[in-house]
Amino acid sequence: MALQDIRPAALGQALRPNIWDIVALILVTGAMVLIVYGGEQTTAPLSALDVAPVSLDPANLPAYALRTTMRMLLAIVCSIIFTFIYAALAAKSRRAEMVLIPLLDILQSVPILGFLTFTVVFFMNLFPGRVLGAELACVFAIFTSQAWNMTFSMYQSMRNVPKDLEEASQSFHLSGWQRFWRLDVPFAMPGLIWNTMMSMSGGWFFVVASEAITVGNTTVTLPGIGSYVALGIQKQNLPAIGYAILTMLLVIIAYDQLLFRPLVAWADKFRFEQTSSGNAPTSWMLDLFRRTRALRALSLPFSALNKAVSNLQISVPDSLKIASAEKRPPSRIVDGIWLALIVTSTSYAAFEIYLYLSATLSPSDVLTAVGDGLITLARVVVLIALATLIWVPIGVWIGLRPKLAERMQPLAQFLAAFPANLAFPVFVVVIVRYGLNANVWLSPLMILGTQWYILFNVIAGASAFPSDLREAASSLHLKGWRWWVKVVLPGIFPYYITGAITASGGSWNASIVAEVAKLGQCHLTATGLGAYIATATENGDFPRVVLGIAIMCILVTLFNRLLWRPLYAFGERRLRLG
Amino acid sequence: MLDPVKQSSLLDIRNVCRSFPKGSGEDLLVLEKVDLTIHSGEIVGLLGRSGSGKSTLLRIIAGLVTPSSGEAKCRGETIQGPPHGVAMVFQSFALFPWLTVLQNVELGLEALGIDSAERRTRALAAIDLIGLDGFESAYPKELSGGMRQRVGFARALVVHPDLLLMDEPFSALDVLTAETLRTDLIDLWTEGRLPIKSVLIVTHNIEEAVLMCDRILVFSSNPGRVAAEIKVDLPHPRNRLDPTFRQLVDNIYARMTQRAEPKTPAIEGIHGTGVGMILNHISSNVLSGLIETLAGPPYNGHADLPVLAGSLQLEADGIFHLGEALQLLRFAQLSEGDLVLSDAGTRFAHLETDARKKLFAEHLINYVPIMGLIRRVLDERPTHTAPAARFRNELEDYMSEDYADETLKTVVSWGRYAELFAYDEQSELFSLENPH
Repeated sequence: MALQDIRPAALGQALRPNIWDIVALILVTGAMVLIVYGGEQTTAPLSALDVAPVSLDPANLPAYALRTTMRMLLAIVCSIIFTFIYAALAAKSRRAEMVLIPLLDILQSVPILGFLTFTVVFFMNLFPGRVLGAELACVFAIFTSQAWNMTFSMYQSMRNVPKDLEEASQSFHLSGWQRFWRLDVPFAMPGLIWNTMMSMSGGWFFVVASEAITVGNTTVTLPGIGSYVALGIQKQNLPAIGYAILTMLLVIIAYDQLLFRPLVAWADKFRFEQTSSGNAPTSWMLDLFRRTRALRALSLPFSALNKAVSNLQISVPDSLKIASAEKRPPSRIVDGIWLALIVTSTSYAAFEIYLYLSATLSPSDVLTAVGDGLITLARVVVLIALATLIWVPIGVWIGLRPKLAERMQPLAQFLAAFPANLAFPVFVVVIVRYGLNANVWLSPLMILGTQWYILFNVIAGASAFPSDLREAASSLHLKGWRWWVKVVLPGIFPYYITGAITASGGSWNASIVAEVAKLGQCHLTATGLGAYIATATENGDFPRVVLGIAIMCILVTLFNRLLWRPLYAFGERRLRLG
Repeated sequence: MLDPVKQSSLLDIRNVCRSFPKGSGEDLLVLEKVDLTIHSGEIVGLLGRSGSGKSTLLRIIAGLVTPSSGEAKCRGETIQGPPHGVAMVFQSFALFPWLTVLQNVELGLEALGIDSAERRTRALAAIDLIGLDGFESAYPKELSGGMRQRVGFARALVVHPDLLLMDEPFSALDVLTAETLRTDLIDLWTEGRLPIKSVLIVTHNIEEAVLMCDRILVFSSNPGRVAAEIKVDLPHPRNRLDPTFRQLVDNIYARMTQRAEPKTPAIEGIHGTGVGMILNHISSNVLSGLIETLAGPPYNGHADLPVLAGSLQLEADGIFHLGEALQLLRFAQLSEGDLVLSDAGTRFAHLETDARKKLFAEHLINYVPIMGLIRRVLDERPTHTAPAARFRNELEDYMSEDYADETLKTVVSWGRYAELFAYDEQSELFSLENPH
């Protein structure tokens, strides 16, 4: 990316290293060594996993954490590449958009853990007998949890590029390629980074869940924190689970401090605003790199290369180019053919699905799945309502106290990133010990990790609540429920909805691991669609997995369309302040 | 074969028309048979009301919009896509916020594939010329509006264009900053230090046009065509207080109000209903404030438009909108560059709030056809409600969607003030009931 900020500097002085160079050099070299080490392990044959199985020795945890982190990194790189290509296609081609965007919408509501069943089989067949296949399946699972919202954000940014900048780049003869790197990508950057952070938060959950995979007779355990915990659960070793939780904490903190804070601080300059706003985000890591002298000088060739690549005069050949600014009215015939093609292939796919499912399943299976789905739906609704009742007042209370909010906000974001499934065993122990009803008491696990989205969005909303409105309310003597209903709740509503949408989406996904819990030999199962899919996966019963996923997909999509989207639109239209 | 006239003409626009598709299917004509030739060494102004198609013409020349018919040639070649040798300065500056001043200026050169050493030299020279020295590494958001537009100029000048296009380059700036920038630019131009041959500037500010241009094309609206061409022979630097200057400004004002007098509906041939009248959104507060101002001293019911515009700190376009709204409601009359309060207007100025509303309502029903229509429909329907879509569709038969939205917004705001009907934004429903 040609996004560096190159200030003319005297080169002689620039080459002499300073103290910051040494610090930065150690960090960079360390990262490289770790990456190479982690990479070497993945090419080993699958049998190596049996030779050196995951052990509960805490001394292995740093290495496991590294492997887990590597998977995350690889997935995020794939997600970014996917995002650039998919979003660019959807934004630039009207016909591609007709297919790609609805597809993305559905992909967003597909339960990722259900997906795992097929991808494991696929990737294992791709690299038979190699760890690489299992690794790729795991990375793919994380990828599917990260890519969609990033792509949506990028697509939306690309569609909303300010018209004057578009005209300026056209009138200064930027080629398509140059325009992409000079205009589209920088403009999309802030949204993309925010969504990448959100994706990462979600990703930890899935990396942990997908490291120890059982599909039918195949069980693959990839070395990592997730499999460490899985083993801990199997061996009923609670201290080991404690160590894993601690390691995870450290990893997430390191990730945030070393990668995301610098990114956010750096991306601040891409924010599209004409006046500089109050507090720019800062990062000690970025400051450190900005203070280095030799390292910056060494990075010059790379930035020059970047610049050269993004400046390539790649453009659509003139023969294919349609008079750009306003295209000729699109050909009805081609549109018709395109539409017919889509309809045909869709009906063919639907027919195939029907054939596949009807071979083994009967209508009563569908009824069971739908019934289970409704139970899970009820759980999600009740849990979101409960979380709302608890966290909205607390979030408002925190958000209205700026000092406190400043300290609590990172904590809430951190809790949202923490993979809650690591903590499941603790709950299972309690349920088993007191003989509680699994149908009721397993449910809270679904929202354990996602409730924090509600909290930190409400904190953000309450912090952004204009102080003049608060002052007006108090001078009008608005108190009690009237203050809540007329003043604060409408003010934070758009923020709350954003948080609740994320929380409810996450809960659906979590149901697959939350409705079934294990501790040693003790299995707890709650009735629900999550348990339905989980059980079918474990049995290698593909038709039922497909059915379960399809039902969940439909329910989530309907839930979003009928409830969340209207509420979101209402909030944006009527209640957005300023 | 080089004939001397052809050689010196940079730009040739012949018979250019442009229409845009409209909600109801038929196309909306915004430019009708426009001719324009620009020679080397002149500053040409396109002056007109908003919606007169002058910006569209500028975009046709910039290669950003294609004409529906007619031909547009730059240096003898038909314009297809942005032509080389033409650079543009934008009203909104259009700077890339993530690039520094230097990087913004270098951008146009990079696209041309010029090597980095020359790029740097030329960019620094342009920055120097336009008075941005010392700001090279600043980001746009750190700069004031005036400084940002200087970056816009430097970015356009650095490619050494033959023709510099300017789309209302000063209208987003405050009065003082705009004036400084204008005089700086004219000074550079008269000293021959600008690496350009000609300038085409779009503006709705009459004084600005007279101050800067050698030739002014006055556009009329709906559809846009060239109504008059005015040569300005005054030597630079021009003095706004010079009687010849004032005379010229007054003449243009008179000419533009003349054209505006019969507020023409968007499409000919619907005089019977007149529903297709575009209403610019002006708050009823502004209207009553203006009536009061007109009624009081020093105007006492009769104001010279340039004077009124000056004292209200409005541009010509703004004062025209206000004057036309008053004229439409028969509270005042526009003629020969003057705004004269009518009897009803004088009466309005001396009434109390409730009586004003009543008078306003009366005039709305009588003189604004769409108001009468809405009221009639509401009275006739047993439910006394009607969806906004019913009227929006009707409006879109005569105007573009944007204008229909604006007109509807005006209708709602005036109707609410006059208490003619209620409107619920959520359900987009007009009704007769008033909340109690």
